[in-house]
Amino acid sequence: MNFFGIRAIYNFEMARMRRTLMQSVASPVISTSLYFVVFGSAIGSRMGAIDNISYGAYIIPGLVMLSLLMQSISNASFGIYMPKFSGTIYEVLSAPVSYVEVVLGYVGAAATKSVILGLIILATAKLFVDYSVLHPFWMFFFLVVTSITFSLFGFIIGIWADGFEKLQIIPMMIVTPLVFLGGTFYSIDMLPEIWQTISLFNPVVYLISGFRWAFYGVSDIHVGISAGMILLFLTACMATIWWIFKTGYRLRS
Amino acid sequence: MQPDISVKHLNKVYADGFQALKDINLDITPGEIFALLGPNGAGKTTLISIICGIVNLSSGEVKAAGHDIVRDYRKARESIGLVPQELNTDSFETVWDAVSFSRGLFGKAPKPSHIKKVLKDLSLWDKRDNRIMSLSGGMKRRVMIAKALSHEPRILFLDEPTAGVDVELRRDMWEMVRHLREDGVTIILTTHYIEEAEEMADRIGVIRQGEIILVEDKDRLMSKLGKKELRLQLHSPLEKVPGELVLEPIELSDDGYELIYTFDSQQEQAGVARLLRTLGDIGIDYRDLKTRESSLEEIFVGLVHE
Repeated sequence: MNFFGIRAIYNFEMARMRRTLMQSVASPVISTSLYFVVFGSAIGSRMGAIDNISYGAYIIPGLVMLSLLMQSISNASFGIYMPKFSGTIYEVLSAPVSYVEVVLGYVGAAATKSVILGLIILATAKLFVDYSVLHPFWMFFFLVVTSITFSLFGFIIGIWADGFEKLQIIPMMIVTPLVFLGGTFYSIDMLPEIWQTISLFNPVVYLISGFRWAFYGVSDIHVGISAGMILLFLTACMATIWWIFKTGYRLRS
Repeated sequence: MQPDISVKHLNKVYADGFQALKDINLDITPGEIFALLGPNGAGKTTLISIICGIVNLSSGEVKAAGHDIVRDYRKARESIGLVPQELNTDSFETVWDAVSFSRGLFGKAPKPSHIKKVLKDLSLWDKRDNRIMSLSGGMKRRVMIAKALSHEPRILFLDEPTAGVDVELRRDMWEMVRHLREDGVTIILTTHYIEEAEEMADRIGVIRQGEIILVEDKDRLMSKLGKKELRLQLHSPLEKVPGELVLEPIELSDDGYELIYTFDSQQEQAGVARLLRTLGDIGIDYRDLKTRESSLEEIFVGLVHE
């Protein structure tokens, strides 16, 4: 195992975060805080509770998940895309590092950033909304596993993308709508039956439901199914990355 | 002696069907400077990229430092440093961080004393805290070399190392390459500057349309394929080449004052003596004579256009 290689990539990526604190941390924290202010404090105080949870507190897990997904994808996709774009990828490809080590470096750093960001957002939410965490272990489990999984997904996007536009397409056109329609602002029990059924095809529903259960002990879907779904997606991402490195797809001609 | 680089029956066919390399066989011995010459698109960079692990081979076998580049890629790559043709550098990193990153990536523990030595050798020490984006093109090229040397490789690939750099920097690099060779590093360089190969290389390989058409010791190549030219400046102009000399490879200058005799270096003795004797016999006087040896560039051009 090339530990120095993993550490070099990891530290390089973390240094990028430190250089771009405004973009990496401040920007997502501020934009998520705006949701807390508007939907939590302002509008939330005039809305009824859902499952006996105040509306402001109810939306926190979904909003944290929104940031987590977006930042995990963004961090990891940008991390691997930039060396491809600038040409410095030659160094990684010619180094004595296995694909597992490359992924550990890039995805490990992206997931670390996302977890840090998620914790900062949770701390910031306390300033605006009162909430509690009923199952801290499971909260942390969903936070970490979701960060890793979507960082892997972002890594795949970064390898697939051959332009900056493609880096943005999936997060903006697919992930954001899935999060908004995945129960961030409502319980899917509130939807007509047909839309409840359709919602079950949205993978983000499972993430938000499981994450919310960790906070308040209530969920739209059994937490075991939520955990199983995220682990299934994690496995799918790992299999895709294995295939990418085996074939050299968009990396080695 | 086991070669540092061993290439056997190497073929590369890209996905679009283009065959970039055709049955390449090449051994490079430890400690030598090997220059790979060839026109654009001949396959030089593809060959280097395969050996370094950037491009997959289609068939054949390649070993670096005795290790198969596919089965034992870690050991093979640990021994290789690569300076690519393009100036691909991270813009926002400092010189020190970028070079240290490369060392770590190649599996070596941090060794500030070595990084310091490399930066000093390449006149980069004063720039160590500068961001790479603030450096000139020549300095960036030095950073690329420093990165390639950061993990103390025993084999160094220089792909067009002096493309676009000024004369002073080019001389510095030549000097550095010589020092590296003295330290036992095997160097493989591709270049368009024939004088670079002529100046530094021990052996020359010529690649054309994906095939190695020649590998030869530089001095032997120069003597074997080099042409010499003898120019005789005449006292009186001639209207045409005398009949006694028409079978010789000889030309008359436009003004008729110069006879130009071209000969292979290996035929030097017999040909020139015969020519001078014949001139004496037919009464043609000359006031001066000059010889000129063809450069490696002329040999190269001759080879790739055969």
